[in-house]
Amino acid sequence: MANLTDQVAIVTGASRGIGRSIALYLAKLGAKVVVNYSGSKEKAEAVANEIQENGGTAIAVQANVANSDDVSALMKETIDAFGRIDILVNNAGITRDNLLMRMKEDDWDAVMNTNLKGVFLCTKAVSRQMMKQRAGRIVNIASIVGVSGNAGQANYVAAKAGVIGLTKTSAKELAARNIYVNAVAPGFIDTEMTEELPEDIKEQMLGQIPLAKLGNPEDVAKVVAFLASDDASYMTGQTLHVDGGMVM
Amino acid sequence: MATVIERVTKVVVDRLGVDESEVKPEASFRDDLGADSLDVVELVMEFEEEFDMQIDDEDAEKIGTVGDAVSFIESKLG
Repeated sequence: MANLTDQVAIVTGASRGIGRSIALYLAKLGAKVVVNYSGSKEKAEAVANEIQENGGTAIAVQANVANSDDVSALMKETIDAFGRIDILVNNAGITRDNLLMRMKEDDWDAVMNTNLKGVFLCTKAVSRQMMKQRAGRIVNIASIVGVSGNAGQANYVAAKAGVIGLTKTSAKELAARNIYVNAVAPGFIDTEMTEELPEDIKEQMLGQIPLAKLGNPEDVAKVVAFLASDDASYMTGQTLHVDGGMVM
Repeated sequence: MATVIERVTKVVVDRLGVDESEVKPEASFRDDLGADSLDVVELVMEFEEEFDMQIDDEDAEKIGTVGDAVSFIESKLG
């Protein structure tokens, strides 16, 4: 198991779903965690409390990742609290699904702003600190649909494919400063986000998964923890699929 | 109190590992002092800290030589 003792980690969008699980898991491995949230204050505080009750260290910090002032404040609050930033997990994401023909421009923009621009803004802001430290690990949460495409999710898929490209470019630019950037592409994970999908779509997706089951958020968190640790000592710019074999 | 050029010189020497004598006003960070583009970004960050000021991306792009950095910083300090 990866050891993250005293590493300072920011997890964006950590009030629920995969982000929550990542925050809890990194804390379990010893990291001090900044539980970022945009709107779900109570849920985020509950995550931070759970970490503290288990003997860990965590704070909940509000910031909309699509807003550069919020992002700067998030970095500043983290440094004020913990003095450094070792790990950034760009997890915050939303969906506004619809068929291309019916997708509203606002839905396109909202998903792009949170899911892609948010990764850019957080990466840019954290790079400053990580360059100074001459060390850092960034893990971006992409999605398997960013590799395969998915009907009804043009905005989400385009943003997630963008995250994979951004991961590769950040990895190339920051490697010289000992900053590692990798991505995880979850498949069909049992969260609130996938609960909203219609039953027939769920059945159809299950049929495409060789392991024939949904993943759970902790399946993703474990791979994130690996990429956030020194165990992934010779990997950067990669996207790991955590999808039960759905896309190979 | 050290002058702006002395403080800039110290930052450049520390960051780029060059000899103080090479840090002349006309010296280009990239062409003469061996900095790559990321080094220049870092130098600007260190100037911001050393002089406790914010240097916008637009202004940072105009800083190519030691002299550019000194005159920009002096103008900001007023």
